[in-house]
Amino acid sequence: MTVRVLLFASWADALGARSVDLDVADDATAADVLSALDARSAGAQLPRPALAVNRCIVPPHARIARGDEVAIIPPVAGG
Amino acid sequence: MRAAIVSRPIDSAALLAEVATPANGATVLFTGSVRESSDGRTVSGIDYDAYEAMAAEELSRIVSETAERFGTPHVVAEHRIGSLELGEISVAIAVGHPHRGAAFDAARQVIEEIKLRLPVWKQELFTDGTRAWVDARVNAHAPQP
Repeated sequence: MTVRVLLFASWADALGARSVDLDVADDATAADVLSALDARSAGAQLPRPALAVNRCIVPPHARIARGDEVAIIPPVAGG
Repeated sequence: MRAAIVSRPIDSAALLAEVATPANGATVLFTGSVRESSDGRTVSGIDYDAYEAMAAEELSRIVSETAERFGTPHVVAEHRIGSLELGEISVAIAVGHPHRGAAFDAARQVIEEIKLRLPVWKQELFTDGTRAWVDARVNAHAPQP
């Protein structure tokens, strides 16, 4: 399936886009999505992100379903 | 209780007025603003990026958790995003409570949770024309701003 991943901050700059479409297995996990993103960003010095699904941070083993809102969350720096 | 991610200047006096009621003997206002130096470098401004949909939900959760823990409905918070100049307010938190100790502690809890959880990122612009995302330089053991 194709998963659209929202990108922010340094990750958006490095990939030159606010989102990226990734082809992943139908039973893909958050860790699989992060691995696919690593392949896209090879060479860039980027902070390790977490993954949010439907606006909540998920653990690496969480399954991604078709239609989920998926986003990478670099280390936050608000305030 | 109110929480908002905004892209306009924050009116901190309005937040303070929002939580001031005769029941509250104490009101606390915290504001965070753009500081002129960072790690010894001179800053000219900060651009804030955010995952707006999640940040709005997360800030609401932080505010309601704090209101519940300290037993007051008078907690409001706004975080601004976009391009900010030196001295402009990026975040404001106001708490009203019958007693001062809880008012201070509640305001402190909101800003600390924002720092830990809110999906917002800052890019510092330096006077030498360079810029850098703060996320790329995170050090969990560094002193907190």
